[in-house]
Amino acid sequence: MQTYDNIIIGGGHNGLICATYLAQKGQSVLLLEATDGLGGLATTREFYPGFRAPVAHSLSHFSETVVEQLNLLKHGYTPSSEVLDTIGLNLNGEHVVVSGEHISGVNKADQQTYADYLVLLKRFAKMLKPFWLKTMPRIGDNSFPDLMTFGQLGLKLRLLGKKDMGEFMRVATLPARDLMDENFDNDILKAVLSWDGLIGSKMAPRSPNATVLNMLYRMSGKHHGAHSLPEGGIQNLISALHNAALDAGVTVKTGALVKRIVIKGSSSGLAATGVELADGTLISSARVVSSADPKQTFLNLVGANNLEIGFTNRINRLRCDGYVAKLHLALDGAPKFTGLKNPNGRMIIAPKLDAIEFAFDDAKYGEYSKSPVMEIIIPSMVDNLLAPKGQQVLSAHVMYVPHKLKGGWTDEARQNLYQRLIDTLESYAPGIRQQIIHGEILTPADLEQTYHLTGGHWHHAELSMDQMLMMRPTYEAAQYSTPIPGLYLCGAGSHPGGGLMGGPGHNAAKEIIGAKKEL
Amino acid sequence: MKKYDAIIVGAGHNGLTNAAYLAKAGLDVLVVEKNEYIGGAAVTREMHDGWFYSSCSYVCSMMRQTIHRDLNLTKHGLVLVPYLGTVVFADNGDTMASYHSEEAEYNQLRRRSPHDADAMFRFQTDLGRYAQLIRKTLLRTPPNPTSFKPRDIRELLWLAKEFWSLGEKELYEYIRFFTMSAADFLDDYFEDDLIKAAMASPGVIGTALGVYSPGSAYILLHHVMGDVDGNVGAWGLARGGMGAISNAIAGALQEHGGEIRTNAGVDKIVVKNGKATGVVLDNGDELHSNIVVSNMDAKRTFTQCMDKNDLPAGIYEKAKNFKIRGSSGKVNIALSGLPKFNNVADNRYINRGGQGFVGSMETMERAYDCWKHGRWSEDPFIESVIPSAWDPTVAPPGQHWMSNFVQYCPPQLADGPWTSEKRDAFGQTVVNKLERYSPGFKDLIVHMEVRTPHDIEAEIGLTEGNIFQGELTIDQLLFNRPFPGYAQYRMPIKNMYMCGSSTHPGGGVSSACGANAAREILMDLKRPNTVPEDDFYDE
Amino acid sequence: MNSMPDVTDPFAGERLKESPFHPRQAALNLRDAWSSWNGYKFADYYYDEEYEYFCIRNSCATYDICPMQKYILSGPDAEAMLNRMVTRDITKLKENRVTYVCWCTDEGRLIDDGTIFKLGADRFLLTCGSPSLAWLRKSAFGFNQLHITDMSDDIAALSLQGPTSCEVLKKMGLQGIENLKPFCISHFPFAGSEDTPLMVSRTGFTGDLGYELWISPDLALEFWDALYRAGENYGIQPYGESATNMARLEAGFIMPGMEFNEALKTIHFQYDQTPFELSLDWLVDFKKPHFNGRNALLKERDQGAEYTLVKLDIEGNKPAEESFLYADEDCSKEIGYVTSAMWSPVVKANIALAMVKTSALKSTIWAEIYYSKELRHHSKVAKCTLQKKPFWAPERARATPPAAF
Repeated sequence: MQTYDNIIIGGGHNGLICATYLAQKGQSVLLLEATDGLGGLATTREFYPGFRAPVAHSLSHFSETVVEQLNLLKHGYTPSSEVLDTIGLNLNGEHVVVSGEHISGVNKADQQTYADYLVLLKRFAKMLKPFWLKTMPRIGDNSFPDLMTFGQLGLKLRLLGKKDMGEFMRVATLPARDLMDENFDNDILKAVLSWDGLIGSKMAPRSPNATVLNMLYRMSGKHHGAHSLPEGGIQNLISALHNAALDAGVTVKTGALVKRIVIKGSSSGLAATGVELADGTLISSARVVSSADPKQTFLNLVGANNLEIGFTNRINRLRCDGYVAKLHLALDGAPKFTGLKNPNGRMIIAPKLDAIEFAFDDAKYGEYSKSPVMEIIIPSMVDNLLAPKGQQVLSAHVMYVPHKLKGGWTDEARQNLYQRLIDTLESYAPGIRQQIIHGEILTPADLEQTYHLTGGHWHHAELSMDQMLMMRPTYEAAQYSTPIPGLYLCGAGSHPGGGLMGGPGHNAAKEIIGAKKEL
Repeated sequence: MKKYDAIIVGAGHNGLTNAAYLAKAGLDVLVVEKNEYIGGAAVTREMHDGWFYSSCSYVCSMMRQTIHRDLNLTKHGLVLVPYLGTVVFADNGDTMASYHSEEAEYNQLRRRSPHDADAMFRFQTDLGRYAQLIRKTLLRTPPNPTSFKPRDIRELLWLAKEFWSLGEKELYEYIRFFTMSAADFLDDYFEDDLIKAAMASPGVIGTALGVYSPGSAYILLHHVMGDVDGNVGAWGLARGGMGAISNAIAGALQEHGGEIRTNAGVDKIVVKNGKATGVVLDNGDELHSNIVVSNMDAKRTFTQCMDKNDLPAGIYEKAKNFKIRGSSGKVNIALSGLPKFNNVADNRYINRGGQGFVGSMETMERAYDCWKHGRWSEDPFIESVIPSAWDPTVAPPGQHWMSNFVQYCPPQLADGPWTSEKRDAFGQTVVNKLERYSPGFKDLIVHMEVRTPHDIEAEIGLTEGNIFQGELTIDQLLFNRPFPGYAQYRMPIKNMYMCGSSTHPGGGVSSACGANAAREILMDLKRPNTVPEDDFYDE
Repeated sequence: MNSMPDVTDPFAGERLKESPFHPRQAALNLRDAWSSWNGYKFADYYYDEEYEYFCIRNSCATYDICPMQKYILSGPDAEAMLNRMVTRDITKLKENRVTYVCWCTDEGRLIDDGTIFKLGADRFLLTCGSPSLAWLRKSAFGFNQLHITDMSDDIAALSLQGPTSCEVLKKMGLQGIENLKPFCISHFPFAGSEDTPLMVSRTGFTGDLGYELWISPDLALEFWDALYRAGENYGIQPYGESATNMARLEAGFIMPGMEFNEALKTIHFQYDQTPFELSLDWLVDFKKPHFNGRNALLKERDQGAEYTLVKLDIEGNKPAEESFLYADEDCSKEIGYVTSAMWSPVVKANIALAMVKTSALKSTIWAEIYYSKELRHHSKVAKCTLQKKPFWAPERARATPPAAF
């Protein structure tokens, strides 16, 4: 039987990144992916003959450190120097456009405040940035590296200066709504700027505690949170990661669904010694590194009988119900949004903060919203391989669509939601209905099915304060190692979280290698 | 012209406490109050012949017993009586009583869910653990985390030590608890919706959050961390109404030579050369003092009672952004008899306590949704108490006074300003709900007083009628309260302080804010400290 | 769900539940000395605690264990689930056998102790002193082929303890009862039924010969009457909480709220106990498959427990209740505290269970004892001797068949 140093479960970007780092250190790595494609939610798949799209449709904070250390540019990654404009759509065509540091469509005061606002947020984001790529310390453990991380955080905070440090400690837990109301007048602007703090989560503008941290997390990228698409689309990034992995010597196996992680006991306790595939194949390894979500990893692959009771229940109580649905439309041409010359930005339908809030209210009770809010891009404008010539793909993240719909996700429910979305789009882009060749809607339940993702949650577990930092996914497993020796986590369910960022994969590899300094 | 050592603006319980401790230290103090009565929101008022309403706050558990004893409040007429039993009502008519005996309580829960009856032990233990730590901070000044002063560092280390002593597991649970919603927190313990709703209800009282909003778990704790005679979570009534608390503190203040002037609303706090020098009253009189202490909320203090030009840059904006949201209404009802509720046994030990019309988790959350839309819910969450069932002094014998605290009630309505018609309609909504659970209730009504957030602000001066003088969310707690950098009761103007619930530890009739502020003032004046250390119960 | 109790009594919700044996027990409870246990009305004593205690040691006596919590765990996963929960290896438990177990938190702190009855290949009865359903559910998470039923109110049970207990059961017609070995279970017909509705286990909480008798609540009174008829000439008598507490202390058994604080009900950090501290190391089996708290307990075993529960024989005759323990007669070096203490009437010794710092076990132990004489309070310092064996462990408790009384 073959033995590897590492088996990585899951070929999403974090799995690929972690595998590559380990292989670069000369370790043997087998990466197992259940589906036929790599990239997880970033896999570009054909949803209609000739039309393709990934679920994750843009980049905002992919780690520059990872790009550099894995030599992704050499492996074909071609990041765009241009960022996408974020466009807050208005029914009458009076759009708000956020274009890097400039905004249009708002009054002078808002423009002025925006500059100050951005400076402050960038300072905060810059302060936090190193910590996303660091293992969070274990509280109560007074070992030196842990105390160092605390000390560093304290120091960084102090370096902000008295005023900004105080302000950070206040702003860090503010609901998006308060932050926006404190700064801006324009309703669309408020909604658009809040968007990145809310999307993917079960939080609304009035929900305190985690939104600002989410925004700052997404601002850790090269463009301070502005979204972009590499040339050739998301596929370009995934291909580069794949190439880097192969180049480093990672063995990649797709279509290999892991049935369980093999746990063996000895007098000193349990240890992970390999995996068993769905077809019964046993593969052994010194370490198993899972990029599957924590619930999958612990409850399905490890099994409660190998874990402590309190720990099992802490994993079980993780909140990971997804609230984002994905809409893919195959269009016979570019959609025409009222008053918008070219739909080449990231367009957000959320006319005001309350529109988001009220959409969320419906979802609280297990319904999808009567007036859904969404983020749209036309990825085929960047990557012409996604659609036949002259035709386009529309990709939209729709909030809030509950994983557990009252009455369940029947075909009828899915159809009703689809029609509601098309109605909404039609009001902003009249005529779009006639342009549709084919449409598909992926509810969180569908995402769960297709991508082996508990709850269909993008981030594997809600990025709420109680599930962040040293509490992600729960203590005793927040440092990538787990209560089972030989078993590590490297997915979005670990610090710093989800999104196409690469932090968990990078941090996990670092923990495994045990390097004292940056890799 | 007379110059006081200190003028305290507002004769609420914290203002009076602050003044009492300053007077005790030998300072010449004056408390000015805009109303003709003292007490702020801790008042007793005869609103109908023979009926004495605790018009605003109505029960008490956070009152620091250290202060009660230290200021000799019993001698000044304060008697706190614990009351027993609260019945909660579900949408479907189910009721659940809270029994005094642990065994009866256990049986009661077990009838609904054997699992939850067991889980309650762990829930109470965990809450007890959380409360224990917070309680220790109540009579302490929060450290300034941005400061390098030995005192701040010492306090920070003390806090860290207290947290560390929880042990790794509980430390995580504690941090988690602080940031999550009451609903998520309770899901980890209970399966029965009514039990959850009953436990969640304190998490939203007085606050502009719903049971599903992150942060509401802490507010739940804020309401249950008080105690009566060491029984954590117990609630008490002040004999003679909540005004008895204010009157007793006023008695202590006067015993120490302090002065109170009513009908003396403050128009402006006077600032000269960057120093507070006194106040100008509504009637134009100017009073002079060495220091000025505001017991008003932070927003009112800085945006209404001070000249923006007197303030350092940014303070006005901080005050404007200070979250103080009106979310509750109050309906005081005089009754000709004790109301009978459906599905509540004729048991004197439970039917004289409180009533919690919680409905369900969803009903409470939907009431919050209505508030977001700028209207009151047709099916609001009501927390009621009938103090007259325990206190013979607040209503004629055999007749009763019922306090109904209504969550939620918006400070501004979506369809225009509050009018007396709308206020009546709001009151009627409450009465209709009570009638639903107590047929014949309407016939018992002798007199009724309805208070919307708008009314509470107009009379008491609390901005938007917020009972806590500011939301109890993390961005406004501990060293963030009221604003970062100003959590130690000193305000940006020299010789000016705050002592109201806008400061740490926040709302509730605790007297802690007033006492903490007094300690800081005396320290600045280099006077001996008169404020006692909390000798809390280490339960 | 109707949450309202009996509406004819407005105070019904306040009242304690009555055990199926209550009518008979109430008639004998001359002092109306009731306390409570798990929501049940429960006798503190019936007539005189010392008299009842001597019935346990001298003849036989019954103790109402209806309020004890009883859970049936059934299904193919039942054994695996229980084995992961408790520290003992129950895969070794044979059918119709009982074993004493304890279970811990992830951190290795004792949640509770109890007994597991193996009723069938995949059917177990777990009994314990406090409600445990919430923890059982948490423990069951991830074990899908498992059903947990709370039978606490659906099984009536009496503990019959004392030297004549076997004889009484024989008189009652329980054929072959004398061959029932300690920690074994047998089923007997009752009330003319062809079935065997009466389950008897040779278990108890007194350290003496004794049995626990399990039956459906609707047969409870009939059963009581039959038992008391059979026991009439053998000194049968009900006993309450007080006598139990005396008997179990002599036997060296631990009691929640005395020797240990249930971990899930402990507010202060590590104010709960570990099995090692409670001298229950023999219950912790590191050779079995993974169980809850294993890692923490392994660490504790290797490092040594901070405290150790010991049995003390104390000079003099003043019970050392709530005493502090010292390493010196001057009481300057505190090394522990007494958890339970009494004058043992059968052993004629001043006995106690105590928590002593493990590091101080080798020193001489002194107890500072407070006692009162006609309202005047006194204190004295008494020398303590460590005792290895239980204070009371008669041969008959283990012998099969037990010798005639």
